[in-house]
Amino acid sequence: MTVLHQQSAARRRREARPRRMLHPGAWWIWATTLAAAALRTTNPLLLGLIVAVVAFVVASRRTDAPWSRSFGSFLRIGAFVITIRVVFQMLFGVRLDGTTLFTLPSVTLPSWAAGVSLGGPVTLEALVGAAYQGLRLAVVIACFGAASSLCSPYRMLRALPSALYEAGVAITVALTFAPQAMIASRQVRDARRLRGRAERGPRAWVGSAMPVLEGALERSVALAASMDARGYGRRGAISVRTRRGVSMLMLIGLGAVAVGSYGLLDESAPSILRMPPFAFGAVALALALYLSGRGAERTRYRADRWLAPEWLVSLSGLAALGAMVVAGRHGAALDPSIYPLAVPALVPVPAIGIAVAMLPAWCAPRPPALASLETITHFEVAA
Amino acid sequence: MIRFDHVSFTYPDADVPTLIDVDFIVPEGELCLVVGETGSGKSTLLRAVNGLVPRFSGGLLTGVVTVGGRSTAQVPPRELADVVGMVGQDPAAGFVTDVVEDELAHVMENLGVAPDVMRRRVEDVLDLLGLHELRNRPLSTLSGGQQQRVAIGSVLTAGPRVLVLDEPTSALDPAAAEEVLAAVTRLVHDLGITVLVAEHRLERVVQYADSVVFVPGDGSPVVIGDPSAVLSGSPVVPPVIELGRLAGWSPMPLSVRDARRASAPLRERLAPLRPPQPAEAAAGDLVAQVSGLQATYGSLTALSGVNLEVRAGEVVALMGRNGAGKSTLLNHLVGLRAPQRGTVRVCGAEPHRQSARDVIRSVGLVPQDNGVLLYHDTVAAECVAADRDGDLAAGTTRAVLDRLVPGIDQRSHPRDLSEGQRLALALAIVLGAEPALVLLDEPTRGLDYAAKQRLIAMLQMLASEGRSVLLATHDVEVVASVAHRAIVLAEGEVVADGVARDVVVHSPVFAPQIAKVLAPETWMNVDEVRAALATLEGPSQ
Repeated sequence: MTVLHQQSAARRRREARPRRMLHPGAWWIWATTLAAAALRTTNPLLLGLIVAVVAFVVASRRTDAPWSRSFGSFLRIGAFVITIRVVFQMLFGVRLDGTTLFTLPSVTLPSWAAGVSLGGPVTLEALVGAAYQGLRLAVVIACFGAASSLCSPYRMLRALPSALYEAGVAITVALTFAPQAMIASRQVRDARRLRGRAERGPRAWVGSAMPVLEGALERSVALAASMDARGYGRRGAISVRTRRGVSMLMLIGLGAVAVGSYGLLDESAPSILRMPPFAFGAVALALALYLSGRGAERTRYRADRWLAPEWLVSLSGLAALGAMVVAGRHGAALDPSIYPLAVPALVPVPAIGIAVAMLPAWCAPRPPALASLETITHFEVAA
Repeated sequence: MIRFDHVSFTYPDADVPTLIDVDFIVPEGELCLVVGETGSGKSTLLRAVNGLVPRFSGGLLTGVVTVGGRSTAQVPPRELADVVGMVGQDPAAGFVTDVVEDELAHVMENLGVAPDVMRRRVEDVLDLLGLHELRNRPLSTLSGGQQQRVAIGSVLTAGPRVLVLDEPTSALDPAAAEEVLAAVTRLVHDLGITVLVAEHRLERVVQYADSVVFVPGDGSPVVIGDPSAVLSGSPVVPPVIELGRLAGWSPMPLSVRDARRASAPLRERLAPLRPPQPAEAAAGDLVAQVSGLQATYGSLTALSGVNLEVRAGEVVALMGRNGAGKSTLLNHLVGLRAPQRGTVRVCGAEPHRQSARDVIRSVGLVPQDNGVLLYHDTVAAECVAADRDGDLAAGTTRAVLDRLVPGIDQRSHPRDLSEGQRLALALAIVLGAEPALVLLDEPTRGLDYAAKQRLIAMLQMLASEGRSVLLATHDVEVVASVAHRAIVLAEGEVVADGVARDVVVHSPVFAPQIAKVLAPETWMNVDEVRAALATLEGPSQ
């Protein structure tokens, strides 16, 4: 009785914590570290565990906004990736020995395409290997899907340093082009039906491409005008030359950090591609941020704060990556054997690390309610 | 505050200038209404205020536009963001962020306003425009009226001294339009902001305006002055002024309230007369029948159990809020969507099962954005293509078009036609195949009074030929003039279905101005009153 009472009191306290959005940076660190952890293994049990952890955190901490419902479609993309990977292995993949499941009719290509094999015997080992690799990619996609459904793209953009902000807005605007073109192409297809035209065939595509592009272009110009009228791209106190210099420094820094982190993640990379570019990139970024911060005219509305939950969320992701790296160094079987084909075993250290990454489901603050489904009443699709 | 000093403007590739020698001043704190027929250059004039014309449109501008003491020739629009707030017709097209609060703060972030000031101003604007309950809402989940208020708020937070609104209510239903205009008048009266607004439905704003700029669009000079003075000479007037002209009132009433007070003698004269009785319920054959129709978008119900019949020769108006399910119903009738439950029959067939070629012979739809129907580069090519698509005798579509609107230049690009002409072209394409049922989705959007009169004449012609017309619209004046029957949809259900006159007159939201002035008698428009008065005077002359 007392225990029950204490439990409910704890729950009440937890739910009484103020609702707020977690800093988008924390979610992205958490998601990218989990993705990096996934890249270091092909063990389906560990990969499955990562997906489970990510899905659980998304389910418990996403908002009720439209973009939060995108996680499911990222999972579907992942499933598609696995299928493609396996099918390609069957059709074009390198022939591997082992248990032959079935044999596809093989084609011998002319001599100029020597080395490329089509069809042939399909072995269980080859398929399992392809599925493992596909799964790894699917898990990485799921991690990024989690980040984008936990915080909207625009929130991430706001957290960027102001030197990158303008390029960032341009990118987000560009990203809206695809969904708009989808809507426009549906409109054009409907319009063709209204005019009594046949709906299929390449001629239909040629006929509808122009109106779709024109419409999308018009919308982009309208958005650009609106942004300009609202002061986007105003010249601050810093000169154009300095600003360009800062942007360049930032890009170089980002590139160097990217190369360095690839080197750090890939065991087989030469050591010159590991720590040196990473350190150089970090210094370049810090310098660029410092320069852009002086004299920047942009300010930030209700800037996200970095508090204890943000630390916990990012550290939980780092813990998963750390456990994976450490286990790999100590020779744990992160890549289950295919020759001979063996049932993969759960490796304890990385598994514990991944389990730690589930912490955000409790330690991240709940997001405020944005829109409940009942309030969305006007998704009328125009003819 | 705003000064146009001998401004002329010509679009690139245009032969004639759009604005010629425009010269006027709008003093600080005025609400200035811009009126003019469609295509007369109202939008061009408004967009010139902060330099979007010519900087975003191209073209040649001569003369000087000064706003708040700064010339648009010297600074780009972005440097004027703290002086001029510009809101366009389609608010959603200009949103940069994804949540209401961020959208309001965006302009201040660009201007570098200090964070504590930003916080305070956002709260102020949320209260001022009644948006506080929506602060965390994603922009895509807002209704049209809410989006328009957010768009106004998103420029207001910069503390501009001038607000420019280009047809802020053209896409809104009557209630949402009231909501936006109430917010605008509050800004003028409480904050002393100078507002320059273009609006087709003059009756909604004219009573609040301090001055009116009339853009004739035919090359004659722009007129600015006192609203009743300018409007008494303008061809574009709201119904109360038309009634005022008929009755010879002076000064000209601008609001229902003024007209009501001046109208006592007129009502007395009309007392012995009866408003024309509703047209006989059409006894034609059943053309379309919808029963138990249900439609959902995801978790959202667009239509639930709709029943509807349309008979030959009948004009039926479909009314209701934005999002009430009007467009969805039309899409079902033309076979773009298959019913999830219930049946839709047009001329005895189910449209979604028919091929596109067969459907167009029984039912045709002119969609809200009628531009999507047009994709050739001349009117002539468009007509030829329509003949080919529908397997029609050559020249059929062209003949229909000439009957609807004579004298459209064959060589002009559909994009360059006026809204009214483009609507006629789209309608001609649909009519070429001689469908028994014609559907129009919001045909009056962007039409001025003259173009609306032509639309009404076209619809009456169709009905007299025995065709049925179903039009989804917010425009009560058009419904009052042309519809036999009105159906009101709300939350996907039919809440009223009856004689148009009865449905429309008894609603405080839908009732046309004339009905409000001459209540309790059910006169719906000025033509009816004019005809009735003529019978009075007839015998005595």
